[in-house]
Amino acid sequence: MNQLNKRIIAAAALAAISATATADEVRIGMLQGFTGPTESLVAPMAMGGELAIREASDSGLFLGGKTVVSVRGDSTCIDAAAATAAAERLITSEGVAAINGATCSGATTAVLNNVAVANGVVMVSPSATSPALSTIEDNGLFFRTAPSDARQGEIMTKVLNNRGVKSVAVTYTNNDYGKGLADAFQAAYEASGGSVTAVAAHEDGKADYSAEVGALAAAGGELLVVAGYIDQGGKGMIQASLDSGAFDLFMLPDGMVGDALADHFGDSIEGSFGTVPGTDSPGAAMMGELTKDQGFNGTDPYVPEAYDASALILLAMQSAGSSNSADFKGHIEKVANAPGEEILPGELAKALKILADGGDVDYVGGTAVELIGPGEAAGNYREVEIKGGKFETVTYH
Amino acid sequence: MDILNALVLFANFVFVPATAYGAQLALGALGVTLIYGILRFANFAHGELMAFGAMAVILCTWTLQDMGINLGPLPTALLALPVGIFVAAIMALLTDRYVFRFYRLKKSDPIVFSIASVGVMFVMAGLIRVIIGPDDQSFADGARFIITAREFREMTGLREGLAIRQTQVITIVVALLVMALLFWFLQKTRSGKAMRAYSDNEDLALLSGIDPDRVVRIAWIITAVLATIAGTLYGLDKTYKPFIFQQILLPIFASAILGGVGQPVGAILGGFLVAYSEVTLTYAYKKFLAYLGPEGWVPDSLMQFLSTDYKFAVSFIILVAVLLVRPTGIIRGKVI
Repeated sequence: MNQLNKRIIAAAALAAISATATADEVRIGMLQGFTGPTESLVAPMAMGGELAIREASDSGLFLGGKTVVSVRGDSTCIDAAAATAAAERLITSEGVAAINGATCSGATTAVLNNVAVANGVVMVSPSATSPALSTIEDNGLFFRTAPSDARQGEIMTKVLNNRGVKSVAVTYTNNDYGKGLADAFQAAYEASGGSVTAVAAHEDGKADYSAEVGALAAAGGELLVVAGYIDQGGKGMIQASLDSGAFDLFMLPDGMVGDALADHFGDSIEGSFGTVPGTDSPGAAMMGELTKDQGFNGTDPYVPEAYDASALILLAMQSAGSSNSADFKGHIEKVANAPGEEILPGELAKALKILADGGDVDYVGGTAVELIGPGEAAGNYREVEIKGGKFETVTYH
Repeated sequence: MDILNALVLFANFVFVPATAYGAQLALGALGVTLIYGILRFANFAHGELMAFGAMAVILCTWTLQDMGINLGPLPTALLALPVGIFVAAIMALLTDRYVFRFYRLKKSDPIVFSIASVGVMFVMAGLIRVIIGPDDQSFADGARFIITAREFREMTGLREGLAIRQTQVITIVVALLVMALLFWFLQKTRSGKAMRAYSDNEDLALLSGIDPDRVVRIAWIITAVLATIAGTLYGLDKTYKPFIFQQILLPIFASAILGGVGQPVGAILGGFLVAYSEVTLTYAYKKFLAYLGPEGWVPDSLMQFLSTDYKFAVSFIILVAVLLVRPTGIIRGKVI
């Protein structure tokens, strides 16, 4: 027997040992952008995702008493190669049964194409919102608990139509998020009979946006839709519009809704309105309750989505009676949607019991999740309006 | 035909912003051209010197605001300007003493100076980010507008509004004042004449007893004054964010080269030309033409020469065209 054969046997033996070690333990990959542009968002998101995992594991009811552990991996947000390498490690050396992630649309696309589909592992992203992910080739392995921006485009159209706005100008921040949202909105709005007079990109981090505003003002429109960021070019575009008197009414999608904007402009943009993911379901409040003494806030952006992503993975495994992706990928939509007993955050033990007894659950969770089309959240939105210099909730969509 | 509305529209979106922008570029280009004239190298650290001076002004403004001192309707930053100029001048003199003097004594090529200035630029950029951070800083106070678009519309009954910000007027007034003082200094005073002599012919100037160290010192101090004023006005009118001063370096160099390097008048001319070309080429003339054309007629397209995405490309095009066609610039300057 030569040296090589000995090594192969040794490796096989090691693999056998580690396989037995994980026999009564299921691992879930927590693949999020721990470093990079989303690092401040991700810390509570990962804790939210791990909260659901701990809850299921501690219940002792998961797949006949198996424990579940989370293994973290850093998907960054902008480095597709790093995200792919991290996912590769999670699946091939850590042996995770499913992945909660990735955080950003670009990293998610790279991991799905290069690792998840190749290895046949289910991926549920809590926060990737690019419309391109709706049509991606995923072999039924990819889901998301965050709505596609295409959905936000439709909600924005609905809000504008309700308010009787017939023509708008659009500006977007020149990246995947801004472009995706602007395209989705334009398509939806024009299909509903509205007219988009001009679409102009703006670069973040510039000092002066008067040229961009000048072009948009020449095109006209009843108001300006600003698909940008609150502390970046979006704010600059609004400032330049107000300064030149080009627009004084704005429609603000999710990236622009925040107290910082209301504090800065106050009543000079009175009456401007926007849309932001949100729900009035009791689940959102329960997330806050659940995380009160956990050291993080369950109502922070995308934290409920991360909790729901973990919960859906675990409930689907329970429903299928297996932690093999090929077996449980078909069960994710089944546990997420009606019919069945409604399950709120903190009630995973109850859900696991119902499923073990052969019953049906309709997971509601922290975001009132309802999976549609290619396995993505239908999306609930909150319509807000600036009244008296503050964002106030008008209604829910 | 509705000439009045067309003119107001044009003034609001093109003439007023471009004039203020041109004044800011001209002040920046004056500093670049002065260093080129005296020390004979392209100082890439000029943008950061603007950011550094403006930073000192901001820190001083905040202190004044905390103490409750202000200028009423005028921005408090104007009061803080001398402090900022002082700090920037010390910074400029220190970099000259510890970086550029070494190469001057060695009689290095201008390109070596320029590369060294890139190093100074990065060190200064790092220092600024350590002191004040990379974020937006707001320090403007006082009245924002002299007249808002809405007030103008109500006052004149026209359909188009003309907004004039206080900072735009301050920018233009201060820039004109500074330019006048600079020309008086260069033409009339003994030191100014010494500087011009040194710039024209270094050896002859040395022979006639001009102290070269003194000329260099004065050049750096004037540059610091110009840079601080330009940086502060830009920050007041737009926003203060350290990164934007790296971006504004390109139009500033385009202005200096277009006007003729080493020529103060050329720098001013270049600044306004670059600003007007940037704004007029990227403005959409749809509404403007609609007012001028027959009643009820509206152009189908936006009537825009270049998309606003290409704003910075305008400076590049001017730069390349000047270097190809007339390397000396409009007013015959030195060839870089």
